Amino acid sequence: MPGTATCKSITTRCLVGGCGLFYASAVFAVLYWFIYPSWPVGDTWIKGFGTVNYAVTDKASGKEEEREYRWNTRALLLEDLGDATNDPQRKEMLAKVQAASYDQIVKDPKMMEFVRSVGKGLFGDNCAACHGRGGQGVVGMYPNLTDDDWLWGGGMDQIHETLVQGRRGFMPAFGAVLKPDQLDDVAEYVLTLSGETQPSAASERGQAIFQGQVGGCYYCHGADAKGLQSQGAANLTDKIWAIADVPAQKSVQDKKAAIKNFVAKGVNNTRIMPAWKDRLSPTDIKLIAVYVHQLGGAQ
Amino acid sequence: MSEESISLYQKRIQIYPRSVKGRFRNLKTGILVLAYVVYYLLPWLRWERPNAPNQAILYDLPGRHFYIFDLVIQVQDIFWLAGVLIIFAILLFFVTGIAGRVWCGYFCFQTLWTDLFMMVEQWVQGERPARMRLDKGPWNREKLVKKGLTYGLWLLIAFWTGLTFTMYWVDAPTLVVDMLLGHAPYAAYFTTCFLALTTFVMAGLAREQVCTYMCPYARFQSAMFDHDTLIVSYDERRGEGTQGRTKLGKGLKTREERQAQGVGDCIDCGYCVQVCPVGIDIRKGLQYQCISCALCVDACDTIMDNLKWPRGLVLYTSENALNGKKTRLVKPKSIGYGVILTAATSLLIWSVLTRAPYTGTVEQIRQPLYTQMSDGGIRNSYEIKLNNKLTAPMTVGIRIEGLAGATLNMDGMERIELEPQERIKLLARVQIPPVGGNGSPGDQVTFVIEPLMGVQAEPIRRQVPFYIPEGGR
Repeated sequence: MPGTATCKSITTRCLVGGCGLFYASAVFAVLYWFIYPSWPVGDTWIKGFGTVNYAVTDKASGKEEEREYRWNTRALLLEDLGDATNDPQRKEMLAKVQAASYDQIVKDPKMMEFVRSVGKGLFGDNCAACHGRGGQGVVGMYPNLTDDDWLWGGGMDQIHETLVQGRRGFMPAFGAVLKPDQLDDVAEYVLTLSGETQPSAASERGQAIFQGQVGGCYYCHGADAKGLQSQGAANLTDKIWAIADVPAQKSVQDKKAAIKNFVAKGVNNTRIMPAWKDRLSPTDIKLIAVYVHQLGGAQ
Repeated sequence: MSEESISLYQKRIQIYPRSVKGRFRNLKTGILVLAYVVYYLLPWLRWERPNAPNQAILYDLPGRHFYIFDLVIQVQDIFWLAGVLIIFAILLFFVTGIAGRVWCGYFCFQTLWTDLFMMVEQWVQGERPARMRLDKGPWNREKLVKKGLTYGLWLLIAFWTGLTFTMYWVDAPTLVVDMLLGHAPYAAYFTTCFLALTTFVMAGLAREQVCTYMCPYARFQSAMFDHDTLIVSYDERRGEGTQGRTKLGKGLKTREERQAQGVGDCIDCGYCVQVCPVGIDIRKGLQYQCISCALCVDACDTIMDNLKWPRGLVLYTSENALNGKKTRLVKPKSIGYGVILTAATSLLIWSVLTRAPYTGTVEQIRQPLYTQMSDGGIRNSYEIKLNNKLTAPMTVGIRIEGLAGATLNMDGMERIELEPQERIKLLARVQIPPVGGNGSPGDQVTFVIEPLMGVQAEPIRRQVPFYIPEGGR
């Protein structure tokens, strides 16, 4: 029958074709073992023919040199990353930023665009773990870098110094020095400084402690309570609370308690900014400094 | 029936088209010359542009700009390309519905390059019988030289075709020099060689098989045919008469003699079959292989003219006309396609003519969403993207409105000079004084981005949210 004949013919052809493909795949697989790295053999492995070149920094000499590696996807990634950092346009902008002063960078739209782009990555890699992806920090723990209140100063040179040297926040614990009702009075006074509450008899007693020899708070926070950036002492008169989380508390009692708690315990070995001079290159520090500076709204 | 007799594979039968003279041949040659002049010479045309490449047509992929004479297309305007493709598609439907496979017969690059390659072949190897003799004959010196010369010329044309295509994507003179010196990028060599190879294979070797087996357009154009569509056809009534076609013979020399005996006008000379580039016999009716090149019309007209009989035994006609009915050119389908075509074309032209000289977008930075300032005020930050689409510099000013007491701080970049075709991202900070209350989800600020120098255009206004946290802080 013609119909059967056709079917048989097609089936035969398909089978032959299918088997052919199967054997071809098998042969290809064996070839593949030798073209690309594959099986372990003794204490080595089949290394394949392909090689990948990328630059590595020699640990001993600190020099960057191009090295040849056996083909593998990790090497390919490193090669790609190398290509990205070696991009001529990127290098050109980087050289420009390196040569420019902080003032020049801040005034140049193109350089600032570059700094924001590169700085975002650097900030994400090195700073975001504490200060948050957007630099907003965590109240009481890590300063918010986006506002205009700076414990250690928001000028470009001060940010640079903070990055290079690191910072260590310190405030003595007054729990042992002051009695509980004195602590209450001081907290009451601190609340009036930023207009949270109206002055009262308690706040006046607190003021006497703050400004007098009993508490001696004015040594660091200043007679006007506006803080002292060289000591990292907070400005107590503005609306920003970097250490005691006052805004989160609903009632005046709770706000007072938050302040009292901090005054009693003080700050010691809890607020530390590491020094980055040994971890990051001067260029990276410069880029991060400008990036952080523009986050805070340029002082 | 044995298994061997049924095969799904048909071996190609070599076609040796004979040359022909006539009006459709002239039309085809005219279109061919025009198309090649445009294609091969256009990349060499220079065009004065300040601050931009001076090639009239340049598709600059790395720079993300398409330069077409005075029109500079940026990457965000790429939807125009979609518009052009839609217009081409509808144009194909529209024309095919009325006039059949006009695209295939006269304009398609497969047809054009095959035609050119056949001309070369005929110039070197001679007319149809000579070519057939050469193919059948032994591989002697003559065959070697003629075949070699043909293939050599084909390769040369194919190479130049590939190179010309590549020229549209880079500066043409630089490319040619770089190619010869071996400095051109890998992509340029690959593109040129790939296109050279496909041109050689498709136009030199595969030819009509591309239209018959490979091309989807060839097949779906048949779906647009109706009984009024123009087709190249054989007038069977006239050609066959009642007794069929017969060669000129004794007592069958004049039309009157033949008609008296019921013999048709077709003298079965076979000229229409010999000139056909796809190797079909038009007298067998409408066939899917037919690309409507109308060379058989020219062939038959030549014979009819020689016999002093009226032309039109093979002619452009429609199925309705062949059956003695009227051909309707204005039909609902054509009107529909016509309306869509006009609308799409007008829309594209309008879109191109009213294109903005620059673009500006504003996006709220959402991490952090807001910042509480030391005086109790609230700040939101925004990223502004500006793009100067002109090949001239311009100055753009940015201000805000619509939010009470708000101030804009951009570190002095509220007024910015944009280089030609520059695009840039800027940071904008908007701050309001202490509000002492809750904001509402509808709080918004409007950025006004206006050109100050270099161009006259409407300002761009972007309304974006301004977030005020609970309690105003």
